[in-house]
Amino acid sequence: MAEIIEGGGGHEKGGKKRPKKSPVRMDMTPMVDLAFLLLTFFILATSLSKPKTLEIVYPKEVENKDDQTKLDDDLATTIIVGETDEEIFYYHGKFRKDTTKLEKSDFSKDGLRVMLLERNKRVVEQVNSLKDQQRAELQKSNSHDEDEKINARFKELIAEASNDSLAPFVIVKTIPTTKWKNVVNAIDELNITSVKKRAIMDMEAREALLFLSPEKVAELKLK
Amino acid sequence: MSKIKMPKSAPSLDMTPMVDLGFLLVTFFILTAKFRPNEPVIVDVPAATSELLLPEKVMQITVDDKGRVFFDLAGKDIRREMLNRMVQRHPELKLTEDEARKFALLGMCGMPLNNLSQYLGSDEKTRAALDAQTPGIPTDSINGELGDWIQSGYEAFMADAEKHGLEPKDIKGDKALRYAIKADGTTDYEKVEQVIDVFRDKNIFQFNMVTTLESGSK
Repeated sequence: MAEIIEGGGGHEKGGKKRPKKSPVRMDMTPMVDLAFLLLTFFILATSLSKPKTLEIVYPKEVENKDDQTKLDDDLATTIIVGETDEEIFYYHGKFRKDTTKLEKSDFSKDGLRVMLLERNKRVVEQVNSLKDQQRAELQKSNSHDEDEKINARFKELIAEASNDSLAPFVIVKTIPTTKWKNVVNAIDELNITSVKKRAIMDMEAREALLFLSPEKVAELKLK
Repeated sequence: MSKIKMPKSAPSLDMTPMVDLGFLLVTFFILTAKFRPNEPVIVDVPAATSELLLPEKVMQITVDDKGRVFFDLAGKDIRREMLNRMVQRHPELKLTEDEARKFALLGMCGMPLNNLSQYLGSDEKTRAALDAQTPGIPTDSINGELGDWIQSGYEAFMADAEKHGLEPKDIKGDKALRYAIKADGTTDYEKVEQVIDVFRDKNIFQFNMVTTLESGSK
């Protein structure tokens, strides 16, 4: 501000005005301060990352048992999700009272993922090669419409590959006190390993008995 | 020898470009800012690797860590229409014109119907207190208010889409209403399942579970 006064208000002894020496300079500091204050406020107030979502399709309720899709027991894997992060197990095939043993696992990258990838190996390989092809074709294409067509075509091909009749299917079994984040984790693992045949079900008491005390199982009122 | 002239005033820097840039950014942020609506509950959603974005047209059910259920559907006109249909379904729900207008402007709501009128009549502070105490929208099958909200919301959404000139057969894909469930990571699955069961009764089987992007690969 001082500069403005200097520039505009200099009076000579005799009352004559001196011509201005330099163009008027305004001190912009307060304005800049305000601008950056606003900038900071808006940066902090905007939520930059939009929430992401995980798509889940639940099966329709089937009343008639005969209508249920027949699935080969050998292809089944059951993931047991208990209450705590420690209680993550799996077993393959059908539940057999005497022989079924739960394998302990977790949601780290050497846990369930390794098992699921191994089990779903054929589908994973197919899906990966399809994705490579898709990438190659996308690089060749040069219009947006073409891109979309390629994406739609490969989406169908990938869905077809993962719905292979010999692809394994995975059942995630929960107890009422299972934490939601572990359910999401389990489904996320299935997405990562391209397992498309899946279901979320309530755990049966006989399964829960393998890792919980009978009292606890009774308390949870499992069937 | 000539003397070196010293500058009379303090050296000044031309700040114009910086100021220009500053204001450009301010304008950008003002225009793109979408204020987070006042959410009655804070929910810590689980992390996943999915990079799918939350769809625009979405009916969102929030379940907090205690299992309380909150309902949200965006759009002033849709909300108003939804409330009208809700009043038709529940004649015991008496709301004044003023309260109905307020409902249309609010966001997420987790009030059982018998408290709704009181909730809408209160000021912001009282509402926050009520939000903290509310048992959430009842999900049980006896007085399944959540089911009625979902039904009313869906009908209101379809009516609104038709008002905008869409044929019922065109309301699909991006234009269709999606259903999001935003549950806290520590919520018992039982509570989320109750909400899902209500949807399944209405023949809705596809959901978007709200997650955050996992930082780094596990």
